[in-house]
Amino acid sequence: MAEPFLIGDTMTGGYGKGPDILHECTIAVDKGEIAVIVGPNGAGKSTAMKAVFGMLDVRGGQVRLDGNDITKLSPQDRVLQGMGFVPQNHNIFTTMTVEENLEMGAYIRRDDYTETMDQVYDLFPILKEKRNQHAGELSGGQRQQVAVGRALMTQPSVLMLDEPTAGVSPIVMDELFDRIIEVARTGISILMVEQNARQALEIADKGYVLVQGRNAYTGTGQELLADPEVRKSFLGG
Amino acid sequence: MMIDFLNAIVALSNFVLIPAIAYGSQLALGALGVTLVYGVLRFSNFAHGDTMAFGTMTVILFTWWFQSLGISIHPLPTALLALPFGIAATALLLLGTDRVVYRFYRKQKAQPVIYLIVSLGVMFILNGLVRFIIGPGDQRFADGERFIMKARDFKAMTGLKEGLAIKTSQSITVVTAIIVVIALFWFLNRTRTGKSMRAFSDNEDLALLSGINPERVVIYTWLIVAALATIAGTLYGLDKSFKPFTYFQLLLPIFAAAIVGGLGSPLGAIAGGFVIAFSEVMITYAWKKVLTYLMPDSLDPSGLVQLIATEYKFAISFVILVIVLLFRPTGLFRGKAL
Repeated sequence: MAEPFLIGDTMTGGYGKGPDILHECTIAVDKGEIAVIVGPNGAGKSTAMKAVFGMLDVRGGQVRLDGNDITKLSPQDRVLQGMGFVPQNHNIFTTMTVEENLEMGAYIRRDDYTETMDQVYDLFPILKEKRNQHAGELSGGQRQQVAVGRALMTQPSVLMLDEPTAGVSPIVMDELFDRIIEVARTGISILMVEQNARQALEIADKGYVLVQGRNAYTGTGQELLADPEVRKSFLGG
Repeated sequence: MMIDFLNAIVALSNFVLIPAIAYGSQLALGALGVTLVYGVLRFSNFAHGDTMAFGTMTVILFTWWFQSLGISIHPLPTALLALPFGIAATALLLLGTDRVVYRFYRKQKAQPVIYLIVSLGVMFILNGLVRFIIGPGDQRFADGERFIMKARDFKAMTGLKEGLAIKTSQSITVVTAIIVVIALFWFLNRTRTGKSMRAFSDNEDLALLSGINPERVVIYTWLIVAALATIAGTLYGLDKSFKPFTYFQLLLPIFAAAIVGGLGSPLGAIAGGFVIAFSEVMITYAWKKVLTYLMPDSLDPSGLVQLIATEYKFAISFVILVIVLLFRPTGLFRGKAL
């Protein structure tokens, strides 16, 4: 099997000098695919994603992007390598306008980013309408759009989303998932952590069920949805 | 009747409005420096008053040197010419302090209260440094034309009993403050670097994720703070006089201004500066003269109608500070809570 575009390979690690939270956990995503990490509370979903992004100490295993070992790179350096990350909380600049948020997303770019900004506005038309409003004044769903838009401004090859639908209504959630599929269609790999496991697996090419920091089940989204064990334990029957 | 009213307005302008506007501008510039440090570096910089003293001192030294060389920009004070040199010296001082002191604590991710105590230490060192170099005494360094409008000329011009004097230093203060504030807001809102400073102040983690280099943000902040502190101190010194202890005392009204406006909010710092200045001047002003013009003769006040003696003016900043912290801790413009 060919190497996936981004892979966190048998990662073991935890925060600072703390105990290991992840145990030989493997997460991978291919170009243009959507990979979803699901699992019960405290399973280490967000931790696994943060490990891939370099926000905790990976003591065993490797993270490889396009075949290159990036395990030792800082999160900032991974942004330069083409990884975009949308944290779960505090993921926008609340005191700045929507447009300024996007500009800050493009901070590392020295070329003309107006085209990327237009693409983001095409993807999220509501943001264009509210471009001069402070991001802190927007609704929860719109804030998430700003957060995703900010991360897209670097033209990443991988976009990582930590619970993008946390705290938004089911309608807004569906809309956000639609947008995420659109982003994936442009060839960007999507790796996301989701609480709403069923809906997330429906759009997922690949799903990872984690339990206590270990891979419990891995498969395509449809396989996991069809697996009676997974249904019983994590999808409520 | 009409004449009395005009006299009252002129007296009010002469003794309250004009001095308060000038003083408010100086406090606003000082508070802007405090609020920027709080917003970006996230601590209350108690050394700010003495930073102003250091900046003003270097401006004075350059002024004296220029005067000895016969360089002058009459009718404007020579200090304006010395200002850029003072700013440069202060910038070097602040960058040096950051390098030697604050960076160490930044690396350790120290608590804000530790920074605050550290800045107290810096304050004492600067305090000593300034006194060591220029001495603890009063220094007058204003030259050039003293008045734009003399009270006597105004009386002759208008025929009113009350005179209106406008000092050169007062108008320079206001004009400079307006220019500096416009430049600062343009920088913060329109330039890439300015926006990156606001982003860093808003959400440090996300700013790091966006590739904003914190050390660069810190350097730019200190450069701007050096300019603001030196300008504020020099304008205050031109308007009144320079004495190191007075600048140390200015820390209270400046912090009160920054907190009243909302720490971290530049707009709030300006509003806060004027709130404090107007309160201070109005409460310590003897209203007898103005009231005598306005009231019917039978109601003329017998006392001075001065709420608080000028010696206690610092109490006013302090009381306003306490009231704001009790009832609206984030300040008028919703800054960060302490």
